Amino acid sequence: MNITSAQYTAPEDTLVRTIKATIDGVEMFVPLDPDNRHYAEILKQVKEGTLTIKDAD
Amino acid sequence: MSKAAELANLIGNINMGGGGVNRNVIINGNMTIAERGTSSTGLGASSGYFTVDRFKMVCNNTAGRFTMTQDSSAPDGFANSLKLACTTADTSIASNEEFGILYRMEGQDLQHFKKGTSSAYPTTLSFYVKGNASATYVAELMDSDNSSRHIGATFNVTTDWTRVEITFPGDTTGTLDDDNGASLDLQFFLHAGSNNTSGTLQTSWGALAQANRAVGISSFFDSTDRTFFITGVQLEVGQNATEFEHEPHERTEMKCYRYYFASSTYTLALANAHSTGYSFRQERTQQHVMPVRMRSSPTATAVESVKLLSSGTITLHANTDHIVIYPSAHSGDLPSSEYWYGGYTADAEL
Repeated sequence: MNITSAQYTAPEDTLVRTIKATIDGVEMFVPLDPDNRHYAEILKQVKEGTLTIKDAD
Repeated sequence: MSKAAELANLIGNINMGGGGVNRNVIINGNMTIAERGTSSTGLGASSGYFTVDRFKMVCNNTAGRFTMTQDSSAPDGFANSLKLACTTADTSIASNEEFGILYRMEGQDLQHFKKGTSSAYPTTLSFYVKGNASATYVAELMDSDNSSRHIGATFNVTTDWTRVEITFPGDTTGTLDDDNGASLDLQFFLHAGSNNTSGTLQTSWGALAQANRAVGISSFFDSTDRTFFITGVQLEVGQNATEFEHEPHERTEMKCYRYYFASSTYTLALANAHSTGYSFRQERTQQHVMPVRMRSSPTATAVESVKLLSSGTITLHANTDHIVIYPSAHSGDLPSSEYWYGGYTADAEL
């Protein structure tokens, strides 16, 4: 899974907060759900230090 | 198989808690649903779901490339198969190469296997395969809840449709989690390097032994002539293979929606539009309810049809049963005469 960007769509504690990410060249909205495979991969890459999730604009 | 033998097999499985309706734990085993599209080319660089629902391609470290198709070639009684066609060969196989088809199952759907108990049931895998030439591959069950315990068996492919039946003994070690996570993987190994092939094939349930997973297989990537077709995949409790459990198309489709849903175009719209043909007005947010509750909150992707936005774009937020669209650059209404129309995909695959 090639994740080239990740950014929160809303500030922390916002009900509709997701991560807008580019995965394998496609823009996706990834829920903060540990059962979601894309979110799990984002967390893995963040832990490995190869990906940073930007704060919301 | 004679009717008498078929009945005997079914009764044998019923006596083990299997048989009957819903005996097949594989969804879309007859390859009828392909929401992502019926053909995808140039594959091999990364793993993913590309055509038929629920069947994932595993592509690790290979230079081989292939086309994946929902094909109309199928044995009698079936209309579709999953077809793989090699387009770039890879005959210099590095140790860490791996290529195959993966089907992942939720643990809460497998509790009747009694895995991890003293009365664990055997399970029987059956499917139809053919190829451009003879080949040997491996079918494997792997328990991802218990340190990747696994068991495998080889099967042969010829140029004619062949039904394969493999019975795996029950595993008395390691219960499967009763939840929506991936617990059991069915994998068809079609190409692998020595990391997976240098040992002895593990034909009894046991702890993870990487070198024992794909021993004795041919390589799908040995030639650009190579093809592989599969359909009628069934995994059921019991020591006997029964006929493939056909079900109404709508039922298979709804089962697939738990893991992936592609909406129609123009399902979602935001508009403050007075232009001709775009009179719909929904200026801040819109919600669409999924046809079934999904396995987990899905990853949402917008499929844009038309738009006129002076700044920003749209944002999607999906939960297990609905999706919401709202403009990313406007906290209030869209500016007058602006709009976004499109559909979406929701991905909650394992």
